[in-house]
Amino acid sequence: MILVRRRAGGSSTGPARVARTRTHELTTGDRILQWVSGIAATIPLAGLLFITTILVIWAIPAIIYSGFTVFTSDKFFIGNFYNLNFSSVNGVVAPFGANYGALTFIIGTMATSLIALVLAVPISVGGVLMLSEWIPRQLEGPLSTFLELLAGIPSVVFGFWGLTVFGPFLGAHVYPALSHLGVVLPFFKGSWAYNGQGLLTASLVLTLMIIPIIASTTRQLVKRVPVLASEGALALGMTKYEVVRVVTIPYVRTGIIASALLGWGRALGETIAVLLIIGMANNPPVGIYGTTSTLASTIADELDSALSDGTGMALRAMAMLGLILLVMSLITNLTGRLVVRRISSDALPVGRGV
Amino acid sequence: MLSRWAVESKAPRFRHVRGIVFWILCGIALLLIITPALAIVISVLVKAAPALKWSLLTNTTQNVQNPGLQNAILGTLVLSLGVVVVAGPIGILGGIYLAEFAPKRLGGTLRFFSEVLAGVPSIVIGLVAYTALVVALHWGFSVLSAIIALSLLTLPYIVKTTEVSFAQVPRTLREAAIALGLSRITTIRKVLLPPALPGIISGMVIALAISTGETAPLLYTASFSNTNPSAGLFHNPIGYLTYVTYYYVQLPGAQDQALASAAAGVTILLVLLLIFGGRAITARQRKMVARLDV
Repeated sequence: MILVRRRAGGSSTGPARVARTRTHELTTGDRILQWVSGIAATIPLAGLLFITTILVIWAIPAIIYSGFTVFTSDKFFIGNFYNLNFSSVNGVVAPFGANYGALTFIIGTMATSLIALVLAVPISVGGVLMLSEWIPRQLEGPLSTFLELLAGIPSVVFGFWGLTVFGPFLGAHVYPALSHLGVVLPFFKGSWAYNGQGLLTASLVLTLMIIPIIASTTRQLVKRVPVLASEGALALGMTKYEVVRVVTIPYVRTGIIASALLGWGRALGETIAVLLIIGMANNPPVGIYGTTSTLASTIADELDSALSDGTGMALRAMAMLGLILLVMSLITNLTGRLVVRRISSDALPVGRGV
Repeated sequence: MLSRWAVESKAPRFRHVRGIVFWILCGIALLLIITPALAIVISVLVKAAPALKWSLLTNTTQNVQNPGLQNAILGTLVLSLGVVVVAGPIGILGGIYLAEFAPKRLGGTLRFFSEVLAGVPSIVIGLVAYTALVVALHWGFSVLSAIIALSLLTLPYIVKTTEVSFAQVPRTLREAAIALGLSRITTIRKVLLPPALPGIISGMVIALAISTGETAPLLYTASFSNTNPSAGLFHNPIGYLTYVTYYYVQLPGAQDQALASAAAGVTILLVLLLIFGGRAITARQRKMVARLDV
């Protein structure tokens, strides 16, 4: 009885495969549904190909214009639209003085997302372990609602909060204290904006945004740790901490790495929250509190002015930034999902929170 | 691994100290999750509370003396409706194919890329919708390009929840349908769909929550409009709630800040309502499926 139940509710392919009729028994209506739904099922893949193709096609002139300087120059200037002269490189014409170096944005994107990742992984794992090992069963449900709460808060609300509440709080109370640590840890030295706008604030808000992604996966996995193994470890006289270290952590390690990659992907592409908090300076950050910008936030911020470029090159430069961002997030996503595919099947696709 | 532990167990007191330090750090980590989550919701609602007036629902952002959110709220509703109409059928059909028809390898591939699409940054989807639809196809800032961008964004979620809902229907029901000699389409419509429906609906609700909370893909597809939504899918910018927060919070005036707070408060309430509503439906469905499983 129990075995039947488990199979019925089990993996997503199991029950369907067992109960399917053979293909030659399909009626006309069945075939129509099969084709229509089959086409619908390919639309996400088609969308992905469409996104990539459009970005590549639109970015090509900008890539020809910039060459390798995209990755080496931190000067991003969409050009002087009022100058009657034009800049021309490799036969591609752009507004006078246009230079599409993306180094600033790449640094900003990597710095914010990596700081967020380094903070979010231990917080998520520690919080989940606390939740599963020490918090009473009755409280576990209500407390885990906070994870769903954090996952559900829209990006723009994070940005709003970071700009009006969290940033000013950090600037007034936390950063002064933190900068005293600069005596021991030099990278905490530096000056910050009074409202806290800058790299570190943006990274901290990103940390909060990716915690739910890492924590929810970790929580699912921690629940599946074989009871026999951890009870055996307890019986050997290990403390709770040692059980976690010897049994739980090794069991969930792969899943944590995978979800960390997915969380990283989310942090790379986060736009509006970062735009509002990071200060949108067109230069690499000066110190850890410094203002800068990221690939995603620049696209959202600059597309407006890119529209008024008569040569249309600014828009192509935006497509180039978008392509760099897409490649970065595809790398983290593909790797993360290849790992996670082996572990879970019923969870929602991780990407936009929720 | 074992030998290391054997060595460490020689110092029992040290072991306990390490455990205590570890669990204190874990406790701090849990606090670092709970406190910000509460702080954000509470501080946003506290900021929004004084700005919440009846006139928010009756005035548009165009009103200079007493701006409201009517156009933004209506716009968000129109866009959500569009997502239901466009992404809904495609996502549900796609999920049905993956659960009921797809050969194993093809299904795995389609499922994998659908999930990869969920990880594409929303601003990239917005940028592509802008270049392809708004510029190349000359649609202009338009309702339809915004709906397509949002649909692309939410599609993976609908596909996934539909597929999982169908797969969770007990095998006994399928076997009964086969024994009755029902065709596949009848099986899906009459046998599998009723128990799967709550799950599908909860997937749609989550898709709505995502599209209500998104800003980046809408900036250059929907643009923004200070007036209420009007008929017309092309060359027709439309307002939405998240933009009001995004734009007005960057303005210095007290009235602008109040409007941004109000919009943030309304957005967060709407999204949380949708998410927890969706969860409630999922929980009910699990119970129902468990009852069906004989």
